[in-house]
Amino acid sequence: MNPTRTRRIWFIVLLLVVAAVAGTLITFAMQENMTYLYTPTQVKNKEAPEDANFRLGGVVCEGSIKRTESTLAVSFSVTDRVNQIIVLHEGILPDMFKEGTSIIATGKMQGGKFTANEVLAKHDETYTPKEMQDAMKKAKELQTKSCGAL
Amino acid sequence: MIPELGQISLILSLLVAILMASIPLWGAHANNKSLMQTARPLAHAQLFFIVVAFALLTYSFTVHDFSVAYVQKNSNSLLPFAYQISAVWGAHEGSLLLWIMILAIWTSAVAIFSKQLPETVIARVLAVMGMISIGFIAFTLFTSNPFARAFPVAPEGVDLNPLLQDPGLIFHPPLLYTGYVGFAVAFAFAIAALLDGKLDAQWIRWSRPWTNIAWAFLTLGIALGSFWAYYELGWGGWWFWDPVENASFMPWLVGAALIHSQAVTEKRGSFKSWTLLLAIAAFSLSLLGTFLVRSGVLTSVHAFASDPERGLFILSFLIIVVGGSLVLFAVRAPSKDAGQPFTAYSRETLLLLNNLLLTAAAAMVLIGTLFPLLADTLKLGKISVGSPYFGFLFTLLMLPLVMLLPFGPLTRWQSDQASKSVKLLLPWAVLALVAGGISFFFWPGGGIKTVAGVIAAIWILLGTFAFVRTRFKNSGSRFTAEMAGMMSAHLGVGIFFFGVLMTESLSIEKDVAAKPGSNFSLRGYDFRFDGVEKVEGPNYIADRGTVIIKNGDKVIATLHPEKRMYASGGNSMTEAAINSKLHRDLYVALGEPLDDKGSWALRLYVKPFIRFIWLGTLLMAIGGFVVSFDKRFKRRNAAEANP
Repeated sequence: MNPTRTRRIWFIVLLLVVAAVAGTLITFAMQENMTYLYTPTQVKNKEAPEDANFRLGGVVCEGSIKRTESTLAVSFSVTDRVNQIIVLHEGILPDMFKEGTSIIATGKMQGGKFTANEVLAKHDETYTPKEMQDAMKKAKELQTKSCGAL
Repeated sequence: MIPELGQISLILSLLVAILMASIPLWGAHANNKSLMQTARPLAHAQLFFIVVAFALLTYSFTVHDFSVAYVQKNSNSLLPFAYQISAVWGAHEGSLLLWIMILAIWTSAVAIFSKQLPETVIARVLAVMGMISIGFIAFTLFTSNPFARAFPVAPEGVDLNPLLQDPGLIFHPPLLYTGYVGFAVAFAFAIAALLDGKLDAQWIRWSRPWTNIAWAFLTLGIALGSFWAYYELGWGGWWFWDPVENASFMPWLVGAALIHSQAVTEKRGSFKSWTLLLAIAAFSLSLLGTFLVRSGVLTSVHAFASDPERGLFILSFLIIVVGGSLVLFAVRAPSKDAGQPFTAYSRETLLLLNNLLLTAAAAMVLIGTLFPLLADTLKLGKISVGSPYFGFLFTLLMLPLVMLLPFGPLTRWQSDQASKSVKLLLPWAVLALVAGGISFFFWPGGGIKTVAGVIAAIWILLGTFAFVRTRFKNSGSRFTAEMAGMMSAHLGVGIFFFGVLMTESLSIEKDVAAKPGSNFSLRGYDFRFDGVEKVEGPNYIADRGTVIIKNGDKVIATLHPEKRMYASGGNSMTEAAINSKLHRDLYVALGEPLDDKGSWALRLYVKPFIRFIWLGTLLMAIGGFVVSFDKRFKRRNAAEANP
């Protein structure tokens, strides 16, 4: 075999090896770090994982924000206007966090309540995920502003 | 009247762009000199009309013409003057106009600084840039017109998003766009070369300085954005692997690979096809970034109102540009990539590894960013890929890059002995390892990351020093601007990784519930909270906290973090207060009031060496600029144009 061809074959072999290793690593790292988004109704229907972290999305229920005086502990409920889930969090909430705004909390279910280690608020309803928008449109048609069943 | 003039000017620029994209191209095809010569004047005419449009929009902002919908939505009569100007590119429509103007500036610059280029090349390059221009001007005019009027006229403007009312945000978009759009030059050169069918090293020599400058601007733009996120978002983080950040990081990584492969192709003639492909990829990723950010498929601070029509337009444009150039590449790319041969251990091999690692990193970011979108489209659920994914893979890919970096400049082209470089670098490697070992005891809490940061920084520092020494010893040869730039950028890489790893491993972050007068101690620093008072700004009212930081008995700083409510309404804004030294930042941000007795939630951070992150990126950017001023690019070009 001539040297050019040898070099080319080695190059291709190297490329394949690198691609295989990269593919494996990416799949592995992705599986470890993927979190799904669920609505309160999905959580009620036991579609969300029981022990693993996931993201809970919805609107902060009106009148549900409760602080333990002088500490960072806070609780509020998140609703899709059909069902609601109580969220517990210890820490500082983002600037855009308000009653009636949509938020995404990351954490897991513990004793029927969602313990969040991170809470993100979004600007307005344009950023609400589609399932949520559909759920809320339904709620609007029902003329409710209720937070749904707890 | 004024906004209408602006719109007319923008329409005229579109017409000029259409002429620029067609006449010179036809001229190059038919070898008609006078047709080709229209390219340069057309480029300048385009710039003129776009600058007029941009100036008129700016004027509408400064006179508070709220009959213009875009002005009404993004300004307010109370807005300070500097932000009236930066509000021009504060939202979707205006930022597109800025994009277009920067493209026109690059196009004119290419027209001016290309006297030595053959007429056919410059005609094709400018025509390709004209095509890109058409796409963006049409997009602006038909889907996102900044001059559109609103009836009935609102008496007052809504206001610029308070997040954007910040000095950092005045410069972040222009720098970033200058980088993005700058890759259009390398792209246009690549397309022109493919059209021409002549793929000698020349086109690369011409496009090298442009690529370097574009990459340097992109570096500055990203660094400024990260710096802004650090002090403005109030979370104390400097990089979140947010899809929008990733969108700018992908072209940066590919751009860095392109800079290196262009050097190989120019000097040795190797990797020709690869360099062409990278030039196409760098600009395509810039466009993809624009698409991701502007179409509203992503949700973040950067994504303005989503609009499917806009998304569709950019997506089609993206497909045409990427698809078209790849087809052209498939048909016209050199089948024989005949450069000078090289052996297994040579500078070419090392640069090949550099390119492999950088593009792999870009691919990794691309997959992590697009996978959630893909999963959503395929109804696999709403997925988010967390930052540990990126952190883990990025570290894995950068580790060999840092290890191999000092070898590159010390290794000869074509063929070298590995044992020679190893012998040269071995003492420095030992020294770096020893320093790492010492750091383990010096910063006991830091663990492996601290050690890695110290080793990486010292290894690259000493490796660069070894290069300087070898260079002096061997014939005491001069240092070209190209070498100086390379050294600056490489040092920047070392300092950057040092900053990243030290900050990651040694930072202390604490959220506390603070009563007035209470004390908190973080790593030898005492933070005393002295309560909150109301203060008034030009267009906001703020809760202003006072935190006094002491080290022992010495007062180090008095910080005033704020929580602002803007007069125009909307959400409150956190303004963090930072006391900064080269070796550490002390960072305080206000959370929210916790009771009626003046207690507040406070964020207290001690961030060692975080400034090194931006110092490193600054050195990289300086490196890019310095390289592009290498005399060689000018001199050789001139010599070849007049043989």
